[in-house]
Amino acid sequence: MKIAGFLLLLAGWLLVLSAVVLLPGGSARPAFVLAGIAVEILALVLMFRSHRVLHRSHE
Amino acid sequence: MTVSLLSESGMAFVMLSTLLIPLAIAGLALINAGLGRSRNAGHVMMSCLCVIGVAAGTYFLCGFAWQGTIGGPAHIARVAGTDWNWLAAEPAFFRGVQINGSPASLAVWMQMLAVMLAALIPMGAAAERWRLGAVCASTALLAGITYPLFGHWVWGGGWLAELGVNYGLGHGFVDAGGSATIQVVGGLTALSMAWIMGPRRGKYTSEGMPTAIPGHHAVFVLFGCLMAWAGWLGLNVSGAVLFSGMEPRRAVLVAVNTTFAAGSAALMTLLVTRLRFGKPDASLTANGWVAGLAAGSAGCAFVPPAAGILIGLIAGLLVPFAIENLELRLGIDDPGGAISVHAIGGLWGILALGLFERFPAPVLNTADDLARLTSLSGVGQGLAQLIGVATLIGFVLPLTYGLNWLLNRFVPHRVAPEGERQGLDLYELGAGAYPEFMTHTDEFFQR
Repeated sequence: MKIAGFLLLLAGWLLVLSAVVLLPGGSARPAFVLAGIAVEILALVLMFRSHRVLHRSHE
Repeated sequence: MTVSLLSESGMAFVMLSTLLIPLAIAGLALINAGLGRSRNAGHVMMSCLCVIGVAAGTYFLCGFAWQGTIGGPAHIARVAGTDWNWLAAEPAFFRGVQINGSPASLAVWMQMLAVMLAALIPMGAAAERWRLGAVCASTALLAGITYPLFGHWVWGGGWLAELGVNYGLGHGFVDAGGSATIQVVGGLTALSMAWIMGPRRGKYTSEGMPTAIPGHHAVFVLFGCLMAWAGWLGLNVSGAVLFSGMEPRRAVLVAVNTTFAAGSAALMTLLVTRLRFGKPDASLTANGWVAGLAAGSAGCAFVPPAAGILIGLIAGLLVPFAIENLELRLGIDDPGGAISVHAIGGLWGILALGLFERFPAPVLNTADDLARLTSLSGVGQGLAQLIGVATLIGFVLPLTYGLNWLLNRFVPHRVAPEGERQGLDLYELGAGAYPEFMTHTDEFFQR
Protein backbone atom coordinates (compact mmCIF):
# COMPACT_ATOMS: atom_id res chain seq x y z
CA MET A 1 0.00 0.00 0.00
CA LYS A 2 2.90 2.32 0.85
CA ILE A 3 4.61 1.70 -2.51
CA ALA A 4 1.31 2.18 -4.32
CA GLY A 5 0.97 5.52 -2.51
CA PHE A 6 4.42 6.57 -3.67
CA LEU A 7 3.75 5.60 -7.25
CA LEU A 8 0.45 7.47 -7.18
CA LEU A 9 2.18 10.58 -5.84
CA LEU A 10 4.63 10.52 -8.73
CA ALA A 11 1.85 9.72 -11.20
CA GLY A 12 -0.11 12.76 -10.03
CA TRP A 13 2.93 14.99 -10.48
CA LEU A 14 3.63 13.60 -13.95
CA LEU A 15 0.01 14.25 -14.87
CA VAL A 16 0.47 17.88 -13.84
CA LEU A 17 3.73 18.17 -15.81
CA SER A 18 2.14 16.60 -18.86
CA ALA A 19 -0.74 19.04 -18.68
CA VAL A 20 1.71 21.96 -18.60
CA VAL A 21 3.79 20.69 -21.51
CA LEU A 22 1.20 19.15 -23.79
CA LEU A 23 -1.98 21.14 -23.35
CA PRO A 24 -2.38 24.69 -24.63
CA GLY A 25 -4.01 27.36 -22.49
CA GLY A 26 -7.75 27.26 -21.94
CA SER A 27 -9.79 25.06 -19.67
CA ALA A 28 -8.08 21.75 -20.43
CA ARG A 29 -4.80 22.64 -18.72
CA PRO A 30 -6.30 23.72 -15.37
CA ALA A 31 -8.61 20.70 -15.43
CA PHE A 32 -5.72 18.29 -15.86
CA VAL A 33 -3.62 20.08 -13.24
CA LEU A 34 -6.50 19.72 -10.79
CA ALA A 35 -6.88 16.07 -11.77
CA GLY A 36 -3.17 15.53 -11.04
CA ILE A 37 -3.56 17.14 -7.63
CA ALA A 38 -6.60 14.93 -6.95
CA VAL A 39 -4.47 11.87 -7.69
CA GLU A 40 -1.84 13.17 -5.26
CA ILE A 41 -4.46 13.66 -2.55
CA LEU A 42 -5.61 10.07 -3.11
CA ALA A 43 -1.99 8.96 -2.78
CA LEU A 44 -1.60 10.90 0.47
CA VAL A 45 -4.70 9.19 1.90
CA LEU A 46 -3.15 5.85 1.00
CA MET A 47 0.18 6.81 2.57
CA PHE A 48 -1.44 7.99 5.81
CA ARG A 49 -3.53 4.81 6.06
CA SER A 50 -0.59 2.52 5.34
CA HIS A 51 1.56 4.13 8.02
CA ARG A 52 -1.23 3.99 10.58
CA VAL A 53 -1.68 0.27 9.91
CA LEU A 54 2.10 -0.21 10.07
CA HIS A 55 2.43 1.45 13.48
CA ARG A 56 -0.58 -0.38 14.87
CA SER A 57 1.00 -3.70 13.92
CA HIS A 58 4.19 -2.66 15.78
CA GLU A 59 2.32 -1.79 18.99
CA MET B 1 14.45 46.00 -10.90
CA THR B 2 17.15 43.33 -11.21
CA VAL B 3 19.32 42.36 -8.30
CA SER B 4 22.44 43.39 -10.19
CA LEU B 5 21.02 46.95 -10.34
CA LEU B 6 20.76 47.24 -6.56
CA SER B 7 22.34 50.43 -5.26
CA GLU B 8 25.02 50.29 -2.58
CA SER B 9 22.51 51.41 0.04
CA GLY B 10 20.12 48.74 -1.21
CA MET B 11 22.83 46.13 -0.86
CA ALA B 12 23.63 47.30 2.65
CA PHE B 13 19.96 47.13 3.54
CA VAL B 14 19.66 43.56 2.27
CA MET B 15 22.84 42.60 4.11
CA LEU B 16 21.41 43.97 7.36
CA SER B 17 18.15 42.12 6.71
CA THR B 18 19.97 38.82 6.25
CA LEU B 19 21.72 39.36 9.58
CA LEU B 20 18.32 39.09 11.28
CA ILE B 21 17.68 35.60 9.87
CA PRO B 22 19.73 33.75 12.54
CA LEU B 23 17.11 34.97 15.02
CA ALA B 24 14.53 32.85 13.19
CA ILE B 25 16.87 29.86 13.46
CA ALA B 26 17.42 30.47 17.18
CA GLY B 27 13.68 30.97 17.68
CA LEU B 28 12.81 27.66 16.05
CA ALA B 29 15.47 25.90 18.13
CA LEU B 30 13.97 27.34 21.33
CA ILE B 31 10.45 26.38 20.25
CA ASN B 32 11.54 22.80 19.50
CA ALA B 33 13.33 22.53 22.85
CA GLY B 34 10.46 24.02 24.85
CA LEU B 35 7.80 21.81 23.28
CA GLY B 36 9.72 18.67 24.26
CA ARG B 37 10.24 17.12 27.67
CA SER B 38 12.97 18.41 30.01
CA ARG B 39 14.98 15.18 29.73
CA ASN B 40 15.52 15.85 25.99
CA ALA B 41 16.01 19.65 26.08
CA GLY B 42 19.80 19.67 25.90
CA HIS B 43 19.76 17.10 23.12
CA VAL B 44 17.35 19.17 21.03
CA MET B 45 19.50 22.31 21.34
CA MET B 46 22.66 20.33 20.65
CA SER B 47 21.01 18.78 17.59
CA CYS B 48 20.08 22.24 16.36
CA LEU B 49 23.71 23.37 16.56
CA CYS B 50 24.78 20.26 14.66
CA VAL B 51 22.08 20.87 12.03
CA ILE B 52 23.39 24.40 11.47
CA GLY B 53 26.96 23.19 11.04
CA VAL B 54 26.14 20.26 8.78
CA ALA B 55 23.72 22.29 6.65
CA ALA B 56 26.30 25.04 6.08
CA GLY B 57 29.06 22.55 5.27
CA THR B 58 26.96 20.48 2.88
CA TYR B 59 25.64 23.55 1.14
CA PHE B 60 29.23 24.72 0.64
CA LEU B 61 30.28 21.28 -0.57
CA CYS B 62 27.61 20.65 -3.19
CA GLY B 63 24.27 22.31 -2.33
CA PHE B 64 24.96 25.66 -3.94
CA ALA B 65 26.47 23.99 -7.00
CA TRP B 66 23.07 22.40 -7.68
CA GLN B 67 20.94 25.35 -6.62
CA GLY B 68 22.79 28.22 -8.30
CA THR B 69 21.47 31.72 -8.86
CA ILE B 70 19.19 33.33 -11.41
CA GLY B 71 21.01 33.57 -14.73
CA GLY B 72 23.87 31.31 -13.63
CA PRO B 73 25.08 28.20 -15.51
CA ALA B 74 22.49 25.43 -15.59
CA HIS B 75 21.59 22.06 -17.11
CA ILE B 76 18.78 22.68 -19.58
CA ALA B 77 16.60 20.00 -21.19
CA ARG B 78 14.54 20.78 -24.26
CA VAL B 79 11.00 19.41 -23.84
CA ALA B 80 8.42 19.84 -26.60
CA GLY B 81 10.27 22.83 -28.01
CA THR B 82 10.68 24.61 -24.66
CA ASP B 83 13.80 24.91 -22.51
CA TRP B 84 13.44 23.35 -19.05
CA ASN B 85 16.03 24.61 -16.62
CA TRP B 86 16.16 21.77 -14.08
CA LEU B 87 19.54 21.90 -12.31
CA ALA B 88 22.25 24.48 -11.76
CA ALA B 89 25.75 23.75 -12.99
CA GLU B 90 27.85 25.90 -10.65
CA PRO B 91 31.27 24.64 -9.54
CA ALA B 92 31.42 23.14 -6.02
CA PHE B 93 32.86 24.95 -2.97
CA PHE B 94 31.42 28.36 -4.00
CA ARG B 95 34.14 28.63 -6.66
CA GLY B 96 31.74 30.31 -9.09
CA VAL B 97 30.95 33.21 -6.75
CA GLN B 98 33.13 36.02 -5.46
CA ILE B 99 32.35 36.38 -1.76
CA ASN B 100 32.88 40.13 -1.83
CA GLY B 101 29.51 41.70 -1.10
CA SER B 102 28.22 41.33 -4.64
CA PRO B 103 24.49 40.56 -5.13
CA ALA B 104 25.38 36.95 -5.99
CA SER B 105 27.38 36.56 -2.79
CA LEU B 106 24.50 38.04 -0.80
CA ALA B 107 22.22 35.44 -2.40
CA VAL B 108 24.64 32.68 -1.39
CA TRP B 109 24.73 33.91 2.22
CA MET B 110 20.95 34.19 2.37
CA GLN B 111 20.57 30.69 0.89
CA MET B 112 22.93 29.27 3.50
CA LEU B 113 20.73 30.68 6.25
CA ALA B 114 17.60 29.48 4.47
CA VAL B 115 18.87 25.92 4.22
CA MET B 116 19.74 25.94 7.95
CA LEU B 117 16.21 27.06 8.76
CA ALA B 118 14.68 24.39 6.51
CA ALA B 119 16.87 21.71 8.07
CA LEU B 120 15.78 22.67 11.59
CA ILE B 121 12.09 22.10 10.85
CA PRO B 122 12.13 18.26 10.91
CA MET B 123 13.57 18.44 14.46
CA GLY B 124 10.14 19.54 15.65
CA ALA B 125 8.42 16.38 14.43
CA ALA B 126 11.17 13.88 15.19
CA ALA B 127 12.36 15.22 18.53
CA GLU B 128 12.76 12.94 21.57
CA ARG B 129 13.58 9.84 19.50
CA TRP B 130 16.03 10.97 16.79
CA ARG B 131 19.68 9.97 17.21
CA LEU B 132 22.24 12.76 16.93
CA GLY B 133 24.27 10.97 14.24
CA ALA B 134 21.15 10.37 12.17
CA VAL B 135 20.11 14.02 12.58
CA CYS B 136 23.42 15.07 11.01
CA ALA B 137 23.18 12.54 8.18
CA SER B 138 19.58 13.47 7.37
CA THR B 139 20.48 17.17 7.41
CA ALA B 140 23.23 16.49 4.87
CA LEU B 141 20.64 14.91 2.55
CA LEU B 142 18.31 17.86 2.88
CA ALA B 143 21.01 20.51 2.46
CA GLY B 144 22.82 18.63 -0.29
CA ILE B 145 19.98 17.27 -2.42
CA THR B 146 16.35 18.05 -1.58
CA TYR B 147 16.60 21.75 -0.79
CA PRO B 148 19.02 22.75 -3.60
CA LEU B 149 16.98 20.91 -6.22
CA PHE B 150 13.66 22.53 -5.36
CA GLY B 151 15.40 25.80 -4.49
CA HIS B 152 16.86 25.97 -7.99
CA TRP B 153 13.46 25.44 -9.55
CA VAL B 154 12.01 28.37 -7.59
CA TRP B 155 14.84 30.75 -6.60
CA GLY B 156 17.49 29.82 -9.14
CA GLY B 157 15.57 30.61 -12.32
CA GLY B 158 14.45 26.99 -12.75
CA TRP B 159 11.44 25.63 -14.62
CA LEU B 160 8.89 26.52 -11.92
CA ALA B 161 10.04 30.14 -11.94
CA GLU B 162 9.90 30.14 -15.74
CA LEU B 163 6.29 28.93 -15.97
CA GLY B 164 5.27 32.50 -16.73
CA VAL B 165 7.78 33.11 -19.51
CA ASN B 166 7.51 29.65 -21.06
CA TYR B 167 3.81 28.88 -20.65
CA GLY B 168 2.12 32.21 -19.95
CA LEU B 169 1.23 31.31 -16.35
CA GLY B 170 1.31 34.70 -14.61
CA HIS B 171 4.76 35.49 -13.25
CA GLY B 172 5.65 31.84 -12.88
CA PHE B 173 5.73 30.18 -9.47
CA VAL B 174 6.42 32.96 -6.95
CA ASP B 175 7.64 32.42 -3.39
CA ALA B 176 9.13 35.66 -2.09
CA GLY B 177 10.01 34.66 1.48
CA GLY B 178 10.27 30.88 1.29
CA SER B 179 6.85 29.41 2.18
CA ALA B 180 7.58 26.65 -0.34
CA THR B 181 11.36 26.55 -0.58
CA ILE B 182 12.00 26.61 3.16
CA GLN B 183 8.79 25.87 5.06
CA VAL B 184 7.08 23.20 2.98
CA VAL B 185 10.33 21.43 2.07
CA GLY B 186 11.19 21.30 5.79
CA GLY B 187 7.62 20.39 6.75
CA LEU B 188 7.40 17.51 4.28
CA THR B 189 10.74 16.20 5.53
CA ALA B 190 9.26 16.41 9.04
CA LEU B 191 6.30 14.30 7.85
CA SER B 192 8.67 11.76 6.32
CA MET B 193 10.63 11.49 9.57
CA ALA B 194 7.45 11.09 11.63
CA TRP B 195 6.35 8.30 9.29
CA ILE B 196 9.71 6.55 9.23
CA MET B 197 10.31 6.68 13.00
CA GLY B 198 6.77 6.24 14.22
CA PRO B 199 5.39 7.72 17.44
CA ARG B 200 7.30 8.11 20.70
CA ARG B 201 7.06 5.27 23.19
CA GLY B 202 3.99 5.77 25.34
CA LYS B 203 2.37 8.29 23.00
CA TYR B 204 -0.43 5.91 22.06
CA THR B 205 -2.24 3.48 24.33
CA SER B 206 -2.74 -0.13 23.29
CA GLU B 207 -6.19 0.94 22.03
CA GLY B 208 -4.52 3.51 19.76
CA MET B 209 -5.63 6.56 21.75
CA PRO B 210 -3.05 9.37 21.99
CA THR B 211 -1.88 10.54 25.40
CA ALA B 212 -0.91 14.14 26.14
CA ILE B 213 2.84 14.69 26.52
CA PRO B 214 3.13 18.40 27.35
CA GLY B 215 6.22 20.47 26.60
CA HIS B 216 8.45 21.49 29.49
CA HIS B 217 9.00 25.22 28.99
CA ALA B 218 6.27 27.58 27.77
CA VAL B 219 8.54 30.61 28.12
CA PHE B 220 11.12 29.09 25.76
CA VAL B 221 8.36 28.46 23.25
CA LEU B 222 6.81 31.92 23.44
CA PHE B 223 10.14 33.75 23.49
CA GLY B 224 11.16 31.60 20.52
CA CYS B 225 8.10 32.94 18.70
CA LEU B 226 9.22 36.53 19.28
CA MET B 227 12.71 35.75 18.04
CA ALA B 228 11.27 33.97 15.01
CA TRP B 229 9.23 37.08 14.17
CA ALA B 230 12.35 39.26 14.08
CA GLY B 231 14.15 36.65 12.00
CA TRP B 232 11.25 36.27 9.58
CA LEU B 233 11.25 40.03 8.92
CA GLY B 234 14.82 39.70 7.67
CA LEU B 235 14.07 36.49 5.79
CA ASN B 236 11.08 37.89 3.93
CA VAL B 237 12.71 41.22 3.09
CA SER B 238 15.94 39.71 1.81
CA GLY B 239 14.14 36.90 -0.05
CA ALA B 240 11.77 39.33 -1.76
CA VAL B 241 14.60 41.62 -2.87
CA LEU B 242 17.10 38.94 -3.91
CA PHE B 243 14.78 36.40 -5.54
CA SER B 244 11.67 38.34 -6.54
CA GLY B 245 13.12 41.66 -7.62
CA MET B 246 11.31 43.76 -5.01
CA GLU B 247 12.63 47.28 -4.57
CA PRO B 248 14.13 47.75 -1.08
CA ARG B 249 11.80 50.70 -0.37
CA ARG B 250 8.86 48.28 -0.44
CA ALA B 251 10.29 46.49 2.60
CA VAL B 252 7.75 48.30 4.76
CA LEU B 253 4.94 46.37 3.07
CA VAL B 254 6.80 43.12 3.74
CA ALA B 255 7.27 44.00 7.41
CA VAL B 256 3.61 44.99 7.79
CA ASN B 257 2.35 41.83 6.07
CA THR B 258 4.69 39.57 8.05
CA THR B 259 3.57 41.07 11.34
CA PHE B 260 -0.11 40.98 10.39
CA ALA B 261 0.11 37.34 9.31
CA ALA B 262 1.79 36.23 12.55
CA GLY B 263 -0.42 38.31 14.84
CA SER B 264 -3.74 37.42 13.22
CA ALA B 265 -2.82 33.73 13.10
CA ALA B 266 -1.92 33.67 16.79
CA LEU B 267 -5.13 35.49 17.73
CA MET B 268 -7.22 33.10 15.65
CA THR B 269 -5.59 30.03 17.24
CA LEU B 270 -6.05 31.60 20.67
CA LEU B 271 -9.74 32.13 19.93
CA VAL B 272 -10.23 28.61 18.59
CA THR B 273 -8.53 27.00 21.60
CA ARG B 274 -10.44 29.27 23.98
CA LEU B 275 -13.74 28.22 22.41
CA ARG B 276 -12.85 24.52 22.24
CA PHE B 277 -11.02 23.97 25.53
CA GLY B 278 -12.32 26.80 27.71
CA LYS B 279 -8.89 28.44 28.01
CA PRO B 280 -6.35 29.65 25.43
CA ASP B 281 -3.62 27.08 24.82
CA ALA B 282 -0.12 28.61 24.88
CA SER B 283 1.67 25.95 22.85
CA LEU B 284 -1.01 25.83 20.15
CA THR B 285 -1.09 29.63 20.01
CA ALA B 286 2.67 29.60 19.53
CA ASN B 287 2.19 27.11 16.71
CA GLY B 288 -0.41 29.42 15.21
CA TRP B 289 2.02 32.34 15.36
CA VAL B 290 4.72 30.42 13.47
CA ALA B 291 2.14 29.07 11.00
CA GLY B 292 1.16 32.68 10.25
CA LEU B 293 4.80 33.52 9.60
CA ALA B 294 5.21 30.46 7.36
CA ALA B 295 2.03 31.18 5.41
CA GLY B 296 2.71 34.89 5.06
CA SER B 297 6.17 34.44 3.55
CA ALA B 298 5.19 33.51 -0.03
CA GLY B 299 3.17 36.63 -0.74
CA CYS B 300 4.67 39.05 1.79
CA ALA B 301 5.71 41.51 -0.93
CA PHE B 302 2.82 41.02 -3.32
CA VAL B 303 -0.40 41.09 -1.33
CA PRO B 304 -2.16 44.05 0.31
CA PRO B 305 -2.12 44.24 4.14
CA ALA B 306 -5.76 43.15 4.40
CA ALA B 307 -4.85 39.96 2.56
CA GLY B 308 -1.92 39.51 4.94
CA ILE B 309 -4.37 39.52 7.82
CA LEU B 310 -6.68 37.07 6.06
CA ILE B 311 -3.78 34.73 5.25
CA GLY B 312 -2.82 34.74 8.93
CA LEU B 313 -6.40 34.20 10.14
CA ILE B 314 -6.86 31.13 7.95
CA ALA B 315 -3.42 29.75 8.90
CA GLY B 316 -4.34 30.21 12.56
CA LEU B 317 -7.62 28.40 11.99
CA LEU B 318 -5.97 25.50 10.16
CA VAL B 319 -3.26 24.77 12.70
CA PRO B 320 -5.17 23.49 15.76
CA PHE B 321 -7.42 21.29 13.62
CA ALA B 322 -4.46 19.95 11.64
CA ILE B 323 -2.50 19.13 14.80
CA GLU B 324 -5.50 17.41 16.38
CA ASN B 325 -6.35 15.37 13.29
CA LEU B 326 -2.77 14.33 12.59
CA GLU B 327 -2.43 13.07 16.16
CA LEU B 328 -5.88 11.63 16.73
CA ARG B 329 -7.01 10.27 13.39
CA LEU B 330 -3.81 9.74 11.42
CA GLY B 331 -1.52 8.47 14.19
CA ILE B 332 1.24 11.00 13.52
CA ASP B 333 3.26 11.96 16.60
CA ASP B 334 4.62 15.45 15.94
CA PRO B 335 5.75 16.94 19.30
CA GLY B 336 6.57 20.37 17.84
CA GLY B 337 3.64 20.60 15.43
CA ALA B 338 6.14 21.03 12.58
CA ILE B 339 4.02 19.30 9.94
CA SER B 340 0.92 21.38 10.61
CA VAL B 341 2.80 24.63 11.08
CA HIS B 342 5.36 24.50 8.28
CA ALA B 343 3.92 22.11 5.68
CA ILE B 344 0.22 22.95 5.93
CA GLY B 345 0.79 26.62 6.79
CA GLY B 346 3.29 26.94 3.94
CA LEU B 347 1.03 25.23 1.41
CA TRP B 348 -1.77 27.59 2.34
CA GLY B 349 0.57 30.56 1.90
CA ILE B 350 1.54 29.42 -1.61
CA LEU B 351 -2.09 29.10 -2.67
CA ALA B 352 -3.01 32.39 -0.99
CA LEU B 353 -0.54 34.26 -3.18
CA GLY B 354 -2.42 33.00 -6.22
CA LEU B 355 -5.70 34.24 -4.71
CA PHE B 356 -4.65 37.65 -3.43
CA GLU B 357 -1.65 38.68 -5.59
CA ARG B 358 -1.23 42.28 -6.57
CA PHE B 359 2.08 42.61 -8.42
CA PRO B 360 3.35 46.18 -8.59
CA ALA B 361 6.25 45.41 -10.91
CA PRO B 362 7.70 42.55 -12.92
CA VAL B 363 8.80 39.73 -10.70
CA LEU B 364 12.40 38.73 -11.14
CA ASN B 365 12.08 35.01 -11.48
CA THR B 366 14.09 34.36 -14.59
CA ALA B 367 17.10 35.64 -16.41
CA ASP B 368 15.01 36.61 -19.43
CA ASP B 369 14.68 40.24 -20.36
CA LEU B 370 12.35 42.34 -18.32
CA ALA B 371 10.39 43.60 -21.31
CA ARG B 372 8.95 40.15 -21.82
CA LEU B 373 8.03 39.89 -18.18
CA THR B 374 6.28 43.24 -18.07
CA SER B 375 4.08 42.19 -20.95
CA LEU B 376 2.72 39.24 -18.99
CA SER B 377 -0.58 39.55 -17.24
CA GLY B 378 -1.35 38.09 -13.83
CA VAL B 379 -3.67 35.53 -15.40
CA GLY B 380 -2.60 32.00 -14.61
CA GLN B 381 -0.78 32.92 -11.40
CA GLY B 382 -3.10 30.66 -9.41
CA LEU B 383 -2.35 27.79 -11.77
CA ALA B 384 1.40 28.38 -11.43
CA GLN B 385 1.05 28.24 -7.66
CA LEU B 386 -0.98 25.01 -7.93
CA ILE B 387 1.76 23.45 -10.07
CA GLY B 388 4.25 24.37 -7.36
CA VAL B 389 2.07 22.69 -4.73
CA ALA B 390 1.74 19.59 -6.93
CA THR B 391 5.53 19.48 -7.31
CA LEU B 392 6.05 19.69 -3.56
CA ILE B 393 3.60 16.89 -2.79
CA GLY B 394 4.24 14.74 -5.85
CA PHE B 395 8.01 15.07 -6.13
CA VAL B 396 9.62 16.56 -3.00
CA LEU B 397 7.71 14.34 -0.54
CA PRO B 398 8.62 11.03 -2.24
CA LEU B 399 12.20 12.26 -2.72
CA THR B 400 12.76 13.26 0.90
CA TYR B 401 10.94 10.17 2.21
CA GLY B 402 12.92 7.88 -0.09
CA LEU B 403 16.28 9.41 0.84
CA ASN B 404 15.58 9.21 4.58
CA TRP B 405 14.13 5.70 4.30
CA LEU B 406 17.31 4.60 2.54
CA LEU B 407 19.46 6.36 5.13
CA ASN B 408 17.54 4.55 7.88
CA ARG B 409 18.79 1.24 6.44
CA PHE B 410 22.41 2.25 7.10
CA VAL B 411 22.18 4.81 9.91
CA PRO B 412 19.10 4.03 12.05
CA HIS B 413 17.21 7.20 12.85
CA ARG B 414 15.54 6.01 16.02
CA VAL B 415 17.26 5.75 19.35
CA ALA B 416 17.12 2.48 21.34
CA PRO B 417 14.09 2.03 23.64
CA GLU B 418 16.37 2.51 26.66
CA GLY B 419 17.42 5.91 25.32
CA GLU B 420 13.84 7.05 24.99
CA ARG B 421 13.02 5.85 28.48
CA GLN B 422 16.08 7.49 30.02
CA GLY B 423 15.88 10.69 27.96
CA LEU B 424 18.28 11.60 25.19
CA ASP B 425 20.21 14.09 27.33
CA LEU B 426 21.58 11.37 29.56
CA TYR B 427 21.60 8.60 26.97
CA GLU B 428 23.38 10.41 24.14
CA LEU B 429 25.07 13.36 25.84
CA GLY B 430 25.77 11.93 29.28
CA ALA B 431 24.38 14.94 31.15
CA GLY B 432 20.96 16.43 31.73
CA ALA B 433 19.98 19.93 30.64
CA TYR B 434 18.78 20.79 34.16
CA PRO B 435 21.08 18.85 36.52
CA GLU B 436 20.02 20.77 39.63
CA PHE B 437 16.45 19.52 39.33
CA MET B 438 15.46 16.09 40.54
CA THR B 439 14.86 13.55 37.79
CA HIS B 440 11.60 11.71 38.24
CA THR B 441 10.03 8.77 36.49
CA ASP B 442 7.79 9.46 33.56
CA GLU B 443 4.12 8.92 34.17
CA PHE B 444 3.44 8.78 30.46
CA PHE B 445 5.03 5.40 29.89
CA GLN B 446 2.90 2.31 29.92
CA ARG B 447 4.22 -0.35 32.21
